[in-house]
Amino acid sequence: MRHALSLRIGPFGFRIGSDWRAPIETLADLYADYPRPELPDYTVRLEALRPWRRWIRPAMAVSGDYMLPDAAPLPLAQALLAAEMGMNLQLALGARRFLLLHASAVERDGRALLMSGESGAGKSTLATLLAARGWRFMGDEFALIEPETGLAWPLPRLISLKNDGVSAAARVWPGARFGPLLHDTPKGTIRHLVPDATAIAAMDEPVQPAVLLFPRFGAAAAVRAVPPGEAFVRLTQASTNYVALGEAGFAALTALIRGVPAYAVDYPDGETAIAQVEALWPEP
Amino acid sequence: MSEPLDAFTAVFHRPSGITHLLVSPAHEILAAMGEDALTVAALHARLAASFDLDAEPGALAARLDELVEAGLVEIL
Repeated sequence: MRHALSLRIGPFGFRIGSDWRAPIETLADLYADYPRPELPDYTVRLEALRPWRRWIRPAMAVSGDYMLPDAAPLPLAQALLAAEMGMNLQLALGARRFLLLHASAVERDGRALLMSGESGAGKSTLATLLAARGWRFMGDEFALIEPETGLAWPLPRLISLKNDGVSAAARVWPGARFGPLLHDTPKGTIRHLVPDATAIAAMDEPVQPAVLLFPRFGAAAAVRAVPPGEAFVRLTQASTNYVALGEAGFAALTALIRGVPAYAVDYPDGETAIAQVEALWPEP
Repeated sequence: MSEPLDAFTAVFHRPSGITHLLVSPAHEILAAMGEDALTVAALHARLAASFDLDAEPGALAARLDELVEAGLVEIL
């Protein structure tokens, strides 16, 4: 690779290589405060589809140690999205030390709130709104559950805000550092937000989960306790490596569900969601 | 490995690595069998010792067929 960057995010080291200089410069700028890994665990490559596509209608294929055979290429302008998707893919297919749950996570009082949901449920936006109110941002893509301890490890990557989430975050976090606005991506408009210094400084500090939420944006406000059987099924579907972990995954997931209450939270706007979370959060 | 979850019992089947969600009486049947090879009649007797059974052995045989289909019980 002509251009490359190595960085550590929580327990994982990444090396990101690119045929182009610009995406690496952008990543280096946004991830400037992150440590460098001793040895990267995963490699992500942003490669030109054909040699001449470095210059003519530049388009990139995302590849790495773990690959999907039919991933669609992305235009050069969406390189940041491609890099983030590449990192997600490496973890989703390769990580074995942790049970990975598709969830965002924030911390308060030394305990974690996990928010699991499909794309568009508002995981990233809620984590951002809570971080703006003093919660520690732990991650917006994967909650990393350590099977041996049940601890949730942080993975404070760039926060991937979509569509209305971009303006919502900008309102509550005026001094925030954003990446370029990416239009017309497969997920709509995307803009990446750099986590605050607290989140980066505490990236090696895991905490016990305390509450599990299944948020859903766009519906009338409602809170419903989710019984353990339903939470179990939802989280097996929300995990990228539950099957691959086998017995360790089963033990980690059942221990999590035994240990924390779960709620389905429908919310029409961020303010309502914050109030719902504050009401559910057990005081220490 | 199994874990009771409200109406369900989650069972991790080691040989296949498949997770099953069972409702009564499937988990009770598996627990009564343990690792033993039993006839339907012997299993019915074993279950009758712990539960107030009013079902015919035929109902038990039907549940066993389902467990065989799921790969959790083997016909010897």
